[in-house]
Amino acid sequence: MNLAVKDIRHNIGRFLLTGIGIGMLLMMVMGMLGIYRGLIQDATLLIDRIGADVWVVQYHTRGPFSEVSRVPRNLVDRVAAVPGVLNAREFVYHTIQREKDGRPLRMGVLGVSWPLDKGQWLPLVAGRPLMQAHFEMIADQKLGLAVGERLKLGKETYTVVGITRGMVTSGGDGLAAFSVKDAQAIQFDVPPEATRLERASRRARTSVSDIGASQPLILDRASGALAAIPAFGPPMLSAVIASLSPGVDPESVKKILSGWSDVSVFSRDDQRNLMLEGAVEMAKRQIGLFTALLTVISAIIMALILYTLTMEKVHSIALLKLIGARNRVILAMILQQALLLGTMGYGLAYVLGQQFFSKFPRRVILLREDLLLLALVVGVISVLSSLLGIWKALRVNPNEALTG
Amino acid sequence: MHANDMAVETQGLTKIYGSGNTEVVAMRDVTFSVRNGEMVALLGPSGAGKSTLLTAIGLINPPTSGKVLINSHLVMDDSRAVVNLTEFRRNHIGFVFQKSNLIPFLSALENVQVALEINQWPAGKARRQALGLLDYLNMADRAANLPSMLSGGQQQRVAVARALANRPSLILADEPTAALDSERGRQVMELFRKVAREQKGAVIVVTHDHRALDVFDTVYEMEDGMIQKRERAAP
Repeated sequence: MNLAVKDIRHNIGRFLLTGIGIGMLLMMVMGMLGIYRGLIQDATLLIDRIGADVWVVQYHTRGPFSEVSRVPRNLVDRVAAVPGVLNAREFVYHTIQREKDGRPLRMGVLGVSWPLDKGQWLPLVAGRPLMQAHFEMIADQKLGLAVGERLKLGKETYTVVGITRGMVTSGGDGLAAFSVKDAQAIQFDVPPEATRLERASRRARTSVSDIGASQPLILDRASGALAAIPAFGPPMLSAVIASLSPGVDPESVKKILSGWSDVSVFSRDDQRNLMLEGAVEMAKRQIGLFTALLTVISAIIMALILYTLTMEKVHSIALLKLIGARNRVILAMILQQALLLGTMGYGLAYVLGQQFFSKFPRRVILLREDLLLLALVVGVISVLSSLLGIWKALRVNPNEALTG
Repeated sequence: MHANDMAVETQGLTKIYGSGNTEVVAMRDVTFSVRNGEMVALLGPSGAGKSTLLTAIGLINPPTSGKVLINSHLVMDDSRAVVNLTEFRRNHIGFVFQKSNLIPFLSALENVQVALEINQWPAGKARRQALGLLDYLNMADRAANLPSMLSGGQQQRVAVARALANRPSLILADEPTAALDSERGRQVMELFRKVAREQKGAVIVVTHDHRALDVFDTVYEMEDGMIQKRERAAP
């Protein structure tokens, strides 16, 4: 006869309510673990998917995901010429916030190196990759845009041609891919008045110099469009990314590029580690500590519940002892109840989590190994939390049955 | 009287609670014996030491000094247990108390069955045996009921069935009729009589109920921790 099950059956309503409470608590622990994994995956998603073996960024910076990085366009050609490099591409990345239908629209703007890169590596769930150099964009479904929808950013209007799923920034905002030139146009967009003021200022500065005063044509060019002045290069990139030929050791290419004094170089793993140890480190620790705290609280609550359940059975336990029950019979009853409660709570947490986590604004990823680890932790918590009840039960004197 | 007939013997049992100024002697040099098949009543006012004696014999509350022998085996020597008390209780002693002595989350049948399973009976066999005992006590039709669904008298009959489950040589009952009306109280006492006669077990009952004393073979009275056999008038 299983005394634990008999007791539960007798108090089924209270047991279910208790199980639901523990289940909700464990769902929070599970959710925190999922958020933690989601944070890591979101942070490294782009680095993993874009397929770059080497990242070349502004000297002494940690790359476009950690801080502002600016490198000149001609760096692409220099990197492409390094032995072992299969191709080098422009990379632009920045975050913007605009308004759409009266609501804020935050997005990570990703510039891909058209025509080498049309965004075909993006996980499309609708539409197609970019097919022209300008005015097309691929948006993540998190941005709430549909294929064919048009969005005005800066002075231009872009048409959504593809939709991705799960492409987000480390901050959880949806990513949108444009050609590099469009991404730069969005990044460096300034209002006409600011352009006029800048041109007037340039003209004034040039006019006071000797060459400006003696060469009227230079004065005219100085107050014209920036792109028309040969002395100024095209807009800066965030980074140059390189894919290597098959069989080439990234470290060997990195070693060559590291000799250049105007850039810093990172392998894909370096970039991942920088991301995890830098931008998301604090959030990671915060979530980790909060998860640990929740786990401890769950253990304490379970211990109190099991202790209360045991206290309510003191008379029955005394009676069992009186009629000769061995300690292990009583110990098994309490332990089995603890494990049943833990199992029920865990199962409920999993089922509810599957329903609710997908509705969270940020990604919650439940990995099999995390679920197994949590199951193990719940098992350990169940055993540990039953110790208080077991300790009490073992101290019950059969005499207490007589006080009924 | 042959020594092997003795279900219980006590020799100089004394129980002292506290020490110094707070010392209370609950039981003083109690020596008595009960034969197999004998039904004994313990009478006395509250605080006389009846329950202390019962729990000392029941191996729940060890005496300060003295000896307890059950079936001629020395089980308590002063406050020292000579045998494994839990195991000895399980195999040799059945308990019945005044009320609330059934496990509330088990049915009548399960309350009896659990005593057998604790003694390593296989579940199926224990169930059949428990059902047989309930039938013996006219409780088979209430086997599936929880204690809360049984009357006081029915609960006591289940408790008696549980006490009998492992065929103990000694049944100890502490005011088993206290919560019952006189008719049901008498029925329970008659039940003990039947058990003592048919199963040759010794039954010791602590009671205040003087109306059913005629069912007992021997009556002892306790006062101030001392025991004395009451002489019975000839019928």
